[in-house]
Amino acid sequence: MEVLLYTILTLCVLGVLAAVILYFVAQKFKVEEDPRIDCVEKMLPGANCGGCGFAGCRGMAEALVKRDDISALFCPVGGGDTMKAVAGYLGKAAAEKEPQVATVRCGGTCAKRPRTNRYDGASSCAVASSLYAGETGCSFGCLGYGDCVAACSFGAITINPGTGLPEVDPDKCTACGACVKACPKKIIELRKKWPKNRAVYVSCVSHDKGAVVVKACKAGCIGCAKCEKVCAFGAITVEGNLAYIDPAKCKLCRKCVNECPTGAIRLVGMEPLPKAAKAAPAAAAKPGAPAAAPAAAKTEGPQPVALKASALDPLRLLNPLKTVEAAKAAPAAEARTLAALKESALHPLRLLKH
Amino acid sequence: MGGVHPSENKLSRAKAIEVLPLPEVVQIPLAQHIGAPATAKVAKGDKVLTGQLIAEATGFMSANIHAPISGTVQSVDLQPNGQGVRQMMITIKREGDEWVDTIDRSTELKKECTLAPQEIIAKIKEAGIVGMGGATFPTQVKLSVPPGKKAECLIINGVECEPYLTSDHRTMLEHGEELLVGVTILMKAIGVSKAYIGIENNKPDAIAHLQQLAASYPGVEVTPLKVRYPQGGEKQLIAAVTGRQVPPPPALPIDVGAVVCNASTTYAVYRAVQKNMPLIERVVTITGKGLKEPKNLLTRMGTPISTLIEAAGGLPENAGKVINGGPMMGRAMVNLDSPVTKGCSGITVMCGAEAERKSAGQCMKCAKCVAACPMGLEPYLLSKLSQKKKWDEVEAQMITSCIECGCCQSTCPAYLPLLDWVRLGKQTVMGIIRARMAAAAPKK
Amino acid sequence: MANKLIVSPSPHVQSMQSTASIMRDVVIALIPALVVSTVVFGVNVLGLTALSVAACVLFEYLIQRFLVKGSCTICNWSAVVTGVLLAFNLPASIPWWIVVIGAFVAIAVAKMTFGGLGKNPFNPALVGRVFLLIAYPVQMTTFPAVANPALDALSGATPLAAVKHGVEAGVLPVQDLLLGNMPGSLGEVSAVALLVGFAYLLWRRVITWHIPVTVLATMALFAFCVALARGGEASLLWQFPLFHLLAGGALLGSIFMATDYATSPMTVKGAVIYAVGIGAITMCIRLWGAYPEGMSFAILIMNSVTPLLNKYVKPKRFGVK
Repeated sequence: MEVLLYTILTLCVLGVLAAVILYFVAQKFKVEEDPRIDCVEKMLPGANCGGCGFAGCRGMAEALVKRDDISALFCPVGGGDTMKAVAGYLGKAAAEKEPQVATVRCGGTCAKRPRTNRYDGASSCAVASSLYAGETGCSFGCLGYGDCVAACSFGAITINPGTGLPEVDPDKCTACGACVKACPKKIIELRKKWPKNRAVYVSCVSHDKGAVVVKACKAGCIGCAKCEKVCAFGAITVEGNLAYIDPAKCKLCRKCVNECPTGAIRLVGMEPLPKAAKAAPAAAAKPGAPAAAPAAAKTEGPQPVALKASALDPLRLLNPLKTVEAAKAAPAAEARTLAALKESALHPLRLLKH
Repeated sequence: MGGVHPSENKLSRAKAIEVLPLPEVVQIPLAQHIGAPATAKVAKGDKVLTGQLIAEATGFMSANIHAPISGTVQSVDLQPNGQGVRQMMITIKREGDEWVDTIDRSTELKKECTLAPQEIIAKIKEAGIVGMGGATFPTQVKLSVPPGKKAECLIINGVECEPYLTSDHRTMLEHGEELLVGVTILMKAIGVSKAYIGIENNKPDAIAHLQQLAASYPGVEVTPLKVRYPQGGEKQLIAAVTGRQVPPPPALPIDVGAVVCNASTTYAVYRAVQKNMPLIERVVTITGKGLKEPKNLLTRMGTPISTLIEAAGGLPENAGKVINGGPMMGRAMVNLDSPVTKGCSGITVMCGAEAERKSAGQCMKCAKCVAACPMGLEPYLLSKLSQKKKWDEVEAQMITSCIECGCCQSTCPAYLPLLDWVRLGKQTVMGIIRARMAAAAPKK
Repeated sequence: MANKLIVSPSPHVQSMQSTASIMRDVVIALIPALVVSTVVFGVNVLGLTALSVAACVLFEYLIQRFLVKGSCTICNWSAVVTGVLLAFNLPASIPWWIVVIGAFVAIAVAKMTFGGLGKNPFNPALVGRVFLLIAYPVQMTTFPAVANPALDALSGATPLAAVKHGVEAGVLPVQDLLLGNMPGSLGEVSAVALLVGFAYLLWRRVITWHIPVTVLATMALFAFCVALARGGEASLLWQFPLFHLLAGGALLGSIFMATDYATSPMTVKGAVIYAVGIGAITMCIRLWGAYPEGMSFAILIMNSVTPLLNKYVKPKRFGVK
């Protein structure tokens, strides 16, 4: 009986002692925090991608609550809606930004940009790019070891094994900019996101002279400036042998696309403009298409990789429901017949729809 | 401490230096040294003489460049270097062999040097001499002891611990006397009375030869060293010779009172000061197990690497890798038409399976990399953290001390690309440190 | 030139050793002990070892193939090493099914759950052994008498157990301990055979001397101090330490188990601290613990300290005072 009593007593005293210690410790190390930070953090997407410039959503939430002027802060993942909601809750004015999407500016597929050597080091673009120019003759183009894929926390980028180039899924991309930072060649750019994922951009970042570009890659910008002349909005500038389309000025008029001799200007989600007078003979050749189709199929037959690659050309990424136009200013080898295009159009379909 | 002992493979150790015939066309990169690229002083169509200044040092940390052959400048533009990266280069087409007349081309030994230290350094700067062991650090910068610091000894680096390479070895054997005069000139330039010539024990002939000659040069001592890669690393050499360790970056060898100069560079210093000969040629070891005739070639700067390979019997059928330098620290090349530069001590050709990396496994924490690291770092950890982009952690683990010697990777039984990642981490951290310093600077 | 040039960052030289060659060397180093064990305990030993190896390799293969779904790892011989070491830690009379359970615990629980070779925090073979020791204490501590009629057999108690129960350490002949003429686990019976293996591992540069020598030195010093404190005959001052070095798993543990790459510290300094810990804990368990032998517990305890040692005990950085 006595034992029982002592046991209970000891335990009680210990319990009270622990409680007192805990109370004082809790008081001593109490952290005063604005409860709104928790609320704001819950409103943010919680991806912790770092796209806002903070290490995670918590840091962003703290900044949003603490700063008076939050116009410099923007959550690329949540976008305008989230920012509006947060600003409304905090009674501050939110920044407005139009939606953006990561864009890979390199068209140097395996087929168009032959490999001249073999890289045998650690599989990382950063390691390879600090070592040398790369596996091809182009020292500006995509290396293809997927640093951008590893950087993406949304699974929006994948390397297409057929082309060896990364592809961005615009529906998954949140424009957080992680891939832009990860790419040592600065190939990926955040560009304005048009409805239906339409886009016109120069898919090349090579500053090499035209002759050097042509030698290394069939899809590179040679800096001929034809596009610059045809642009009615002053959106295109050519600097250091490279054309650049300013996403803020471009109206997607597509005139430049037909001008480009190498197909470096890429058109996504739209049909190209019908060709002008020069293209008429090509149109006239259409009736002959069925005859040409087997020939085209023949050349493509033994080269599945090349087929996949060509299926990803800008012109092939068309709305499948509409008739495909076989117009392109690229070299004759690139001209496809209507029938052949319809066949290969199945590939982009799958790629787009997953 | 640390280090490894790779197979030495000094195939060309017994081959006397041969003179390579003059090349028809040379390409001279403006950036052949650490620091700012030189500024071109010639334009397309200009006629140049051998030894004429064609590009001038830009600022303090830079070096002059001279025409290695006489002829006409064909172009000054971007050309791919050995790694395929386009660099500014001066292309000269050879016409005859006409020299600038101030250059003394005789082989007669000229021992006396009456110049003052400042005049010696000025002559070295004029001749465009840089560290020829591979680091290409401008020599006049190294010899200009910063105020408040004092040089106590000169160390000549004749270690040549890199496997395969023998260019320093042959230079020491065939130009020992000139080299020793060079040593006395350098001693005078930095104002020291003691010089050590560090040579690894695997070159007994060079040790014996120089020891015999050094007897008549007061203050010069030949120090035989243990055969251990990277014994020829600047910091390792200082530690081996003087017992003092250079503190981690940003400390320099001069902080422990040492100035280190490569053996070939010392010979070039002799030629520049005593003979007015600018740095327009160097000994290049062309070697590799698959080559018919590995040899040591006295080569004019700017000569295409492919010419050297032809001189050694041509590229073998199964050649896989051509390395500018030795197998431990050399850089693999993609463009064999790229030129020989001031820092090119050898070309190593690797064939067949030797040229390919074995596929990497999983780290089993064997700690061989930690034991091998001559800088007392933990490569397995640095590599893992760099891969995860933990830059502040790798900085705390002293990644900037890494000398990129490659001991860790060459000793790894799992064949992990340790140094690939450590190098990336080091470069990134150096960038971060520079940015931090730049951000701190304007506040002053 | 037809073939493309290969490009990779320096260095362009790779080690002559490989994971597989190192593991194979460990197996080769264990062969002398296996031979002695077979002579002492009979052919049964070979079957037991083969079973343990086969079970370890099979479990590793199955887990890697169907759960991890990675590339095949059995070719690196590490499962073979675990198998041999596990067998060496068992008495010769153990039923076969207990061996299989031990192999399962060693490979599936202690190794593959953590990601396989190099990632396991505890020595797999020892985890297997300790699991069996706790789960099947009777079978694990019943040691058969020496089977070879040519040898003068001791009783069924191991030397350490005999000492625990009051036999004076000095009375056991050192010669028997050296050659293996005593009951015990398969691998621990012959000190000479284990030392031959140690020499081989040193020659092949598989391990360095630091851990084994420090463990044994610590144990010897510890035993010497205890003998000194206890007083008694002067000859005990050297007999007592020598006995503790040669009896039980001291040599097997310090040479082959404590030096396991994944579970020992990465730096020499760390390894020395780790080894001192193993030596001291082993002696504490042997002298004052419930078990006659403490090597396996000591190694497992110090395994748990290894990550801490890796974090705080750094190599001497070049140029830092």
